[in-house]
Amino acid sequence: MFKAIITITFKKSILDPQGSAVHKALKSLGYEDVEDVRMGKHVEILLRGEEPQEAETRIKEMCSRLLANPVIEEYQVELVEVEV
Amino acid sequence: MKFGVVVFPGSNCDIDCYYMVDQILQEQVTYLWHADQDLHGVDCIIVPGGYSYGDYLRAGSIARFSPIMEEVIAFGKKGGLILGICNGFQILTESGLLPGALIKNRSLRFQCENTLLRVEQNSTPFTSTYSQHEVISIPIAHEEGGYVADKETLDRLEKEGRVVFRYCNEQGEITPECNPNGSLNNIAGIINEQGNILGMMPHPERCAEAILGGEDGKRIFSSLLEWWQGGAGR
Repeated sequence: MFKAIITITFKKSILDPQGSAVHKALKSLGYEDVEDVRMGKHVEILLRGEEPQEAETRIKEMCSRLLANPVIEEYQVELVEVEV
Repeated sequence: MKFGVVVFPGSNCDIDCYYMVDQILQEQVTYLWHADQDLHGVDCIIVPGGYSYGDYLRAGSIARFSPIMEEVIAFGKKGGLILGICNGFQILTESGLLPGALIKNRSLRFQCENTLLRVEQNSTPFTSTYSQHEVISIPIAHEEGGYVADKETLDRLEKEGRVVFRYCNEQGEITPECNPNGSLNNIAGIINEQGNILGMMPHPERCAEAILGGEDGKRIFSSLLEWWQGGAGR
């Protein structure tokens, strides 16, 4: 069994209105050293299987078909093997 | 002419669209249930506004995989007329029938207000009863209506004259102040390359009779009817 930890964020070229709002809020709290804030989504998937490579291929397929919108988003996948 | 209104779990403008076609346009209309795979021989499909599947993940992302959408996508690819309004526009971009995507409004708020639009293209089946560059008033009601696309896509839309509606002021000028949601180039509606699929964030079905404050939206539907009767339907 695998656990995939997926992080989805807007591409750099897409303005992130939520990130900008949080950035402004942090600045108003005095955190002047904050350079940039990007908001995103966190998805965890438990996947049956034994082959890490196959699991990664499956997860990436899920990301490109449904979990992320390739027009505006990019994603990162972290895969860890877990005990059943 | 026969219209079909798609109904997803969470659609909330489906009845308004049905009423608009049935009572005001006085043409045939039927609902198209999301779990069905039958288009009932319709000539034009309306993908209405709402919160299909709760807008979970991304607006329109789950609706796009419902059984009826397979038929809708095939219908559109064959040149069938499709009008996507608000959440319907989001679903059409998620389906790949229209380019780009819609993200959260610049204000991060749900906005329900009248907007002024400039008709940028009156040579489409959806806009033939407007004059070119006419300023019309149609309300928006959305939280995720900021139109974005990569530069290449945006340049292509502009070059090919596929931006159909743009947010403007009373003089018809396109300014940042009259952009309600942060859409790139003030884009409120676009059409596909073949010219048979229109997506727009404003709600034409909500301003289709004088008692509701205006009739500018009705003309999208009368344009479709005129286009159909003018030969496309024969």
